[in-house]
Amino acid sequence: MKYLEEYRNLEATQSLLKQLRKITTRPWNIMEICGGQTHSLVRNGILEMLPEHVRMIHGPGCPVCVTPVNLIDKAVALLEKGVIVCSFGDMIRVPGSKKSLLEAKSNGGDLRILYSPIEAVSIARKNPQKEVVFFAVGFETTAPANALSVLHAEKEGLNNFSILTSHVLVPPAMEAILTDEFCKIDAFLAAGHVCAIMGIQEYYPLVARYKIPIVVTGFEPLDLVQGIYMAVKQLEKGEAKLENQYARVVKPDGNKAAKDVIKKVFEVGDREWRGIGKIPNSGYVVTPAYKKYDAASKFDVEYIQSPENQLCIAGEILKGIKKPHQCSQFGNVCKPANPLGAPMVSSEGACAAYYHFAQQPNIKI
Amino acid sequence: MSKLENIHIGHGSGGELTRELLDTYIFKTFSNPYLDKKHDGAIVDLEGEIAISTDSFVITPIFFKGGNIGELAVNGTVNDVAMCGAIPQYLSLAFIIEEGLRLTDFEAIVKSVSEAAKRSRVQIITGDTKVVEKGKGDKIFINTTGFGRKHPKAAIDVNRIQSGDKIIINGYLAQHGMAIMSEREGLEFETEIKSDTTNLNFIVNKLLDTFGSDIKLFRDPTRGGLATVLNEIAADTHLGVAIGERFFPIQKQVAAACEMLGLDPLYVANEGVFICVVDASAAGAVLEMMQCDEKGKAAAIIGEFTTEHPQKVVMESMIGGKRIVSPLVGEQLPRIC
Repeated sequence: MKYLEEYRNLEATQSLLKQLRKITTRPWNIMEICGGQTHSLVRNGILEMLPEHVRMIHGPGCPVCVTPVNLIDKAVALLEKGVIVCSFGDMIRVPGSKKSLLEAKSNGGDLRILYSPIEAVSIARKNPQKEVVFFAVGFETTAPANALSVLHAEKEGLNNFSILTSHVLVPPAMEAILTDEFCKIDAFLAAGHVCAIMGIQEYYPLVARYKIPIVVTGFEPLDLVQGIYMAVKQLEKGEAKLENQYARVVKPDGNKAAKDVIKKVFEVGDREWRGIGKIPNSGYVVTPAYKKYDAASKFDVEYIQSPENQLCIAGEILKGIKKPHQCSQFGNVCKPANPLGAPMVSSEGACAAYYHFAQQPNIKI
Repeated sequence: MSKLENIHIGHGSGGELTRELLDTYIFKTFSNPYLDKKHDGAIVDLEGEIAISTDSFVITPIFFKGGNIGELAVNGTVNDVAMCGAIPQYLSLAFIIEEGLRLTDFEAIVKSVSEAAKRSRVQIITGDTKVVEKGKGDKIFINTTGFGRKHPKAAIDVNRIQSGDKIIINGYLAQHGMAIMSEREGLEFETEIKSDTTNLNFIVNKLLDTFGSDIKLFRDPTRGGLATVLNEIAADTHLGVAIGERFFPIQKQVAAACEMLGLDPLYVANEGVFICVVDASAAGAVLEMMQCDEKGKAAAIIGEFTTEHPQKVVMESMIGGKRIVSPLVGEQLPRIC
């Protein structure tokens, strides 16, 4: 709570914004990677307070948004087979190609909304006659807890527990964005919580190769304004460095215990990203040693061809090429109550954030 | 007959068991001249304009920190009648019970209904009890309907709201919703979060006695939270609502719980909370009176109506930025990280 007050301080934020205005002389495009950061920027009204030249581009860091449609279809199929499917809350409203998990639940599926994957293990223990699948989505942040659930299940000798994974990694996504021919990003705010787990070492090669400033940034208003300030300062000076704004949480080497758990259960593999497509070595897959806990190989759910809604421009949104309000469907056909794509569903999705918080006509978006 | 531990389907048959259940738990507890007639309904003497409000209560868990479904069912409807600018007098009380509910739990709920009704000075004058098979309900559902005479000075009408009118809240936001949520999720915080369910009829009555038509609207932001209620009022008045995040009374542990679970307190359900829209000239005096009342100690002016941004609720954040506060769509869902 101490941090909540300190990092939401009116005077401190305003004075930093003033300094930012002073040093900004040219237009800069800065991408915040994490959906949590997007949410905080919009929720706190930071976007409209930034200097005119500073334009924020909202990155792909919303795990719900980048989970491919066919994986949602698989989870729905498992639910319809009578499996107990456990999921984080914001995943359940995301439209699959035919229906969302929430709709499958209303048809009688046993869907449980959880805060922690460890709870899914206890559900498996209490329901030995049933198969229990945890829908393990997320970036590096949720990977340790998801991996831990597998280790717990192993320790307890549970054979009815498995995870349906769609784990994605930040650095390969940043690289995919940087190599996109339409990329116009001048600097990144890296995702603070991802770095809290992984550390910051893997960002040095990106800085070196693409000559782009990266600032590891937190989520509170003051964190974000400071992260933006640090990025603009580098840009104005013509520098490209890796800096850590979120040093109170992020250690250079991250969290060793968490990384060890990840390494035990997962290995790096190719992953499909909703709206972006397949990115090589961009996610975690379950290691062969833990294959029996991998729902994708455990259950014979056939590959479901899952077309995206053609009207949805989620891919361009996630790569920062377009802004939500530049989509013809935004706010009229596509709304949180009737989402065409994931960025309108998740509270971290750029489209939902814009829809909820920033519809006033005079806002700078 | 051997002593039963649970409610079973026979208790809803209308026969001997139903009679026994009602005699043991209902008629004795709520005895009054209307109910004692044991008729199909009650005949009451009401004059003038009458406010009527009905509400069904479905909540998991049925017992929570700070209350249970019984007192919630009384307070909820008493408050809804009060929000109309009326003085609640009578309540109907209907139970839908799932087979298997422990009789001791039923007894505790009935007792709590009775105590809450006494505190609000309302009488339970008619009711109903049904039992559904196991799996066809969720322990117990309660419906109450409240009746009350309109306060002679009340002029509650959303159409009377003008630009410049102030919005005052009586107490802390999001307590009830977070108490239920932490109970459901088995979460514990340093300080216990309790539901703030309570009756608001006396404080409302007192405000009306003193300020009459200066008070233009009462609303209790229960489900959907404050954000939803403010959006409804903005839509009805065609005016804009401007609020400031720094003015909201919110307890530290509740704010922390909301942060942890990724929920916005503006959308979390409240129980013992109401807002009133007051003519700007009376706002200071209304606030003072509320702060002197047990049920309004944390009262604060949180915003006002404006001709800018019609039909929209705009909030100034802690750091001075502005954002639209939209109505709630579906349920608030816990976030991944």
